[in-house]
This record gives sequence, structure tokens and C-alpha cells, in this order.
Amino acid sequence: MAASLQSAVFLSNRIDPHRRLFASPARSLPGTKGSILVVRSDGRISGRLSGRNLITNAVAVECCFTKADTPTSSTDSKPGHELLLFEALREGLEEEMDRDPRVCVMGEDVGHYGGSYKVTKGLAPKYGDLRVLDTPIAENSFTGMGIGAAMTGLRPVIEGMNMGFLLLAYNQISNNCGMLHYTSGGQFKIPVVIRGPGGVGRQLGAEHSQRLESYFQSIPGLQMVACSTPYNAKGLMKAAIRSDNPVVLFEHVLLYNLKERIPDEEYVLCLEEAEMVRPGEHVTILTYSRMRYHVMQAAKTLVNKGYDPEVIDIRSLKPFDLYTIGNSVKKTHRVLIVEECMRTGGIGSSLRAAIIDNFWDYLDAPIMCLSSQDVPTPYAGTLEEWTVVQPAQIVAAVEQLCQ
Amino acid sequence: MRLKIQSFSISNSQAVVSRDESLVLYEDMVLGRVFEDMCAQMYYRGKMFGFVHLYNGQEAVSTGFIKLLEARDSVVSTYCDHVHAVSKGVPPRAVMAELFGKATGCCRGQGGSMHMFSAQHNLLGGFTFIGEGIPVATGAAFSSKYCHEVLKESTPNRLDVTVAFFGDGTCNNGQFFECLNMAQLELWKLPIVFVVENNLWAIGMPHLRATSDPEIWKKGPAFGMPGVHVDGMDVLKVREVAIEAIARARRGEGPTLVECETYRFRGHSLADPDELRKPDEKASYAARDPITALRKYILDKELASAAELKIIEKKVDAVIEDTVEFADSSPLPPWSQLLENIFADPKGFGIGPDGKYRCEDPKFIEGTSLSLESCLPANHLHRCLIPSESSIRPNSIKVRHG
Repeated sequence: MAASLQSAVFLSNRIDPHRRLFASPARSLPGTKGSILVVRSDGRISGRLSGRNLITNAVAVECCFTKADTPTSSTDSKPGHELLLFEALREGLEEEMDRDPRVCVMGEDVGHYGGSYKVTKGLAPKYGDLRVLDTPIAENSFTGMGIGAAMTGLRPVIEGMNMGFLLLAYNQISNNCGMLHYTSGGQFKIPVVIRGPGGVGRQLGAEHSQRLESYFQSIPGLQMVACSTPYNAKGLMKAAIRSDNPVVLFEHVLLYNLKERIPDEEYVLCLEEAEMVRPGEHVTILTYSRMRYHVMQAAKTLVNKGYDPEVIDIRSLKPFDLYTIGNSVKKTHRVLIVEECMRTGGIGSSLRAAIIDNFWDYLDAPIMCLSSQDVPTPYAGTLEEWTVVQPAQIVAAVEQLCQ
Repeated sequence: MRLKIQSFSISNSQAVVSRDESLVLYEDMVLGRVFEDMCAQMYYRGKMFGFVHLYNGQEAVSTGFIKLLEARDSVVSTYCDHVHAVSKGVPPRAVMAELFGKATGCCRGQGGSMHMFSAQHNLLGGFTFIGEGIPVATGAAFSSKYCHEVLKESTPNRLDVTVAFFGDGTCNNGQFFECLNMAQLELWKLPIVFVVENNLWAIGMPHLRATSDPEIWKKGPAFGMPGVHVDGMDVLKVREVAIEAIARARRGEGPTLVECETYRFRGHSLADPDELRKPDEKASYAARDPITALRKYILDKELASAAELKIIEKKVDAVIEDTVEFADSSPLPPWSQLLENIFADPKGFGIGPDGKYRCEDPKFIEGTSLSLESCLPANHLHRCLIPSESSIRPNSIKVRHG
């Protein structure tokens, strides 16, 4: 299912869902240099600007081109409804709050403000100020409060306004969230969801551009998932809320305005499963979150060059879905990991180790891993662009891997 | 808002407790003291290990507060939690076995001295890092308020109360201030009592060196809640304050900060040589031993005879002996227990290369129970639990493979 990127509105914290900004593609189709491309969910490509605000200096554009016969996220035969990723998160959250009155939300500006990325917009008027709780700016304490509430029967969804802010809550996340079920001998469970936007945005500066997946991955007792499309965002949100484990749901600042048609009927995704984005034969590309789109953009180029990459969005960062990943490795024998977190100690490192441990005999080449540079994300646009993995690098890596 | 900063003085003319109440208090304090003394013995005999922090001297605070609580109320403690656990009703056997690292411990031997938990008794920990239990206590109080106002589950004006215990050193920590602030917010007014056990020393850092304004009770009004200072060596004075603070919380009037001036007779832990505290300071507090004080009070007010108190002491000795025997003879946790409680839902271990959840493989986690029963929360919140689809049974969710 194609998902189109609407805009770079994430530059500011205020998101007006009715504005549509278009970014010029860094890599455009021949003959359309400088024009705007929007891929609609039904596969139509529109080359025309709608006449609204235009950002011409965007560093990159994420356009997800898929083959017509490519099953990515599955949909029903029913028409479904279109929405943006942040709306999908909200829809999932709202459905779970309707279903179970113990589900509540806490965080900064989640209530009256509607959430700095509008994920909780409209929920406080509907459910009240206690169920959608505006907290003071005290991450460690309100995360701990969420944990205490979870231990005593509630199911809080704790929002970090930016994932980076959750560093302040690291004491609670590591010691209490991860450990309490174990140190209490299984007496207390911590069914919290900790979620928020992270990742490198558009010149947001080092501290707002953090990828904390690697920081949390060693904490025993924690599950981690990363959403990347409206479809899986809603499904993972619902699954995370229903899980009795503490789950960290990683969202990405640049993906909130992705648009997709999702089913009308209720669905919940599996927290532990990976998602087959594009089946292929030559090489397995494992990725997650925003890098999925860079990979798919590179995939387009690779297909044109005659390669047939298999793209898997691993989605579950902890634990890894070794079945989906393994089946792919057994088929292609070559693995490229493309991730946005830093190279040192990143998700890619763990994934590489897991593949080597389990599927060594199936590999024809060393596992390649493309990660962000080990730098604090620079402010300058050019430097920022070089910090994260770009499609051209992915293409080059596949070419090298398939020699 | 007018803030009442109350100081309580107990009239000497008549007893402020009934005979029965006084004996409950006495027994609880003696139990706490003898338990801790036994811990020291057992530690030096190599039966328990690691860091053990003993509560000797502070019993009036634990007993004074916890004996007023109902079963549905919650207690949150620190690493110095044995006596809070025992006061709250956790069987001494379970605590001692936990200290010995046995499978019969209240936390299956997985928590140890600094992580006492009991879902049945609403003891929410046992926390090693100072301050990290206070937000958890705030969360428990939030649950209580939520049950009352959102779920409409508890009796009007009778909220479940949470009591958070922590020390003087913690009162310089951010989480303390953040939680005082949150608990008192206009909308929140959480049913919590913040109890500071100010024993004047962290480890080797005295309160006066570490704190710019050492009067901790004053920090309550800074956040809009009453701040009370009480003699923490006198269980009856503590109890007087506790009655009002707990009642306030239960009525929905919000939090109270209670500073109890108390003292630990032993070092910070059994590894602490305790060289910095002056002998005359120790002697002056030893003279105010809360158990001796209550004993004197009971005899002076003729609430009970010395012989009756002796019976209680012997009973406690017998309980503690039984406790040690039980702990000693209990089995150590088997290897199969190692991974059992990492996840409430063991699907969190993920899907293995063969496509099955790893937890379905008996070799991966031996003894893992896929049942929900082992991780139900505290009893009193069952009325807040709305039956819902369990996420533990893998087939109950309609899953889309996308």
C-alpha cells in the first residue's frame, strides 16, 4: 500500500493538519526536475502543485513507489478511509480508550493543547482532564507516576513530547518499567506504552533529533516497536496498549503526515512481527521507521538497474522477528541493514549479531549495515543530510553486496 | 489558601490510645526491631548478602503510620523496607526468605533486601535509587483518584490512600519536588502522604551539610500542602499526625508532607563502619528509643502489665525463630526460574527462527506460565478491573499480517 508524504510541517511544533506543504524531490523522475510529486494511496502520481505553500529547500523527499502487485500492508476489499499517520495513532488510541476505561494518557500538552504533534487532539474534551492528563514538565516523575498507576490497575500511555526528553525519564524506564515485574517476582505488571516522536527531522538540532532505540534496547523487560505507516501505526498502538508488557513505541517526526487508506474495520497488529514491504530475490534489506522510505526510494533505482531487493520493515526492534528475517536470509543470502540510529551499539549491531548467530550458514556475504554517523545531529542542512543514510548510499551498498 | 502548619502536643493526663491499640503498636515495633536484629545476625553468619539496610530506631514511624492503614491502602518504601513490609502485613517468613534469596521469598528471591513487594498487601516496593519510589507512589495515588472519579468505583470521600516513605537525603532530589508539585495540582489533589524519615544522615553526609534549608516540613507549604514536623521517636505523636494526614487524603483534600525526626541506631547499611556519627548524638537518640518509650507509656498509663508485654516479646521471638527456620530450610530458586518473570506477557521474548514464539519452546524458558494469574495487581483494585480480552492468550487478538 503506497503511502505518500504530505509535507515538512514538522519544522514547527504546531501541526495544522489542514495545511499541505509539498517538498521538491531530491530525486525526481526524468523530465520533472523541480516539480512536485505526490503519490496517492491508489497509485496515481500527481505532478501538479496544489497552489499552496511550497518548501523548495527540503533536503530529501520520501516517496514510496511500489509495484502494483506488491503486498505491503494488507488491506481489505472494503474501501477504508484515508488519514494521516498522526491521525491513525489517535484513532488507535481512541478506540482503545473507548474499549477499556483503564486506558489513559499522560504527558506534556496532551490534553488541552491536543499534543504537540496532534496525536491526542480532541481526546481531552471527550474523556476529561484526568484520562488525558496534562502533566508539568517533569518526565522522570510523570513516567514513574505512569508506572505506579500501571502497577495499580491502569493502562497509561505516556507521551514524551520528543523522544529525547525521555532521557530524563531513564531512571524510571530502566529501573522501574523494565525491572519491576522481575524484582517483584512477577507480582506486578507494568502495562504502559511509552511513545513519542524521535529521529532526525529538518534541522531541529542535536537534542531534538535523537534516536534512542539503541539506548533502550538493553533494558530487560521492555519491548520496542517502531511504526512507519498509518496502517502499522494504528495497529501497533492498539497492540501496545493491549500488551501487558511495557512497550516503547517509536514514532518519527517526519512521518506524521504520511497519508494512507486504512481499513474501516478494527484491526490489531502483532507487536513481535516484521512487515514484508517488498518481496525480492537478490538481497534482504532490513530497515525500520523513516529509513523504510529511503530504502524504497533506493529500491526504485535498484529495480531500474535490474536488482530485485526484498525489503522488510522490522517494526519490532526488540525482540527481532527472526522468522520473517530468517526466511528472507535463507532466500537471498545477502543482508543489508539500513537504520537511522547511530552506528555504535545501534539496533543494526544487535540485528547483525542475531543474524550471524542464527543464520550464519545461509550468508554468502558479510552483513552490511548502514547507520547514521556517530555525531550529534548538526543543525546545518548539508551536515544533517550527511548524518543520516541517503538513498544513494543504499543503492551503492546493494551494488557492492551483490557483486 | 490558608495553610495550617500544625504542631501536635500530646496531653499527659490521659492515654491517647486504647489498650488494644497500644499493644498492637508495641508488638509491631518489637517485631520490627527483633526482625532487623536477626537480619544483622544472619548477615554476619553469611545467610544474606549484598547491601542490607536496617531500620533499628525508626520503628515509630513505620508503626505509627502503617498500623492506621487499611488493607486497600498502599505503602511505597525505599531500600530500607523490611520493617515497612512487616508492618504492612507481609509475613515475616516471606521477607526473611527473600533476604536469604530463597524461592519462597515474597519476590521469589529475585528482589532481595531492597526490593520488597507484595501485591496482596499493597506494598509497592522496595526501591534502590532514592526518590524513584516517590513517583510510583504518586501513580498509585493517581490510580486511586482515577478509580473514584473516572471509573466511579470507590466509595465517595473514601479514597484509597498511599503512604510514601523516604529519607532526608531524598528531599534534595528532583523527584521529591516534582511529585510534591504534581500531587497538589488543582485537578489532582492526590490521596497521598509523603513521609520523610529524617534520621539526619544519608550515608556519611549529614542532612545539615547537604541541605540549604534543613527544615523539610516547610517545603510542603511551598507547594501548597500542609507541612508537619513531628517527633519520630514517639509512636503516639507520629500516630496523631498520621491520623489526620491519612484522613485528609481519604477525604480527597490532597497530600500532606510529614517530617519525622528520627534516628537509625545502626549504620546506613551493614557495610557502613559508621565512624562519622558522634557517640553523644547516638547516645541521646538511644535514650529516646521508641520501643522503650512506648513501653514506659503503657506501664505508666496502666494499659497493660509488664508480664503482658513480656508475653508479646516472647511471641515475637518465637515468630522470628520460625521465620529463620523457614527461610533456612526453603529451597533456592531453580535454574528454570531465571527467565520466568522478565515479561508479564512472555510473547515479548519474540518469534524464533522456526516461526513459533520462543516462549512456546519448553527449552527456552522452563516453567514459564502463560497464565494471567501470576501477575494480577493488588486485590483492592480488582473492582477497578474491567474484564477485557487478555493479550496473553495469543489467539485472542485478530491479527492482520501486514
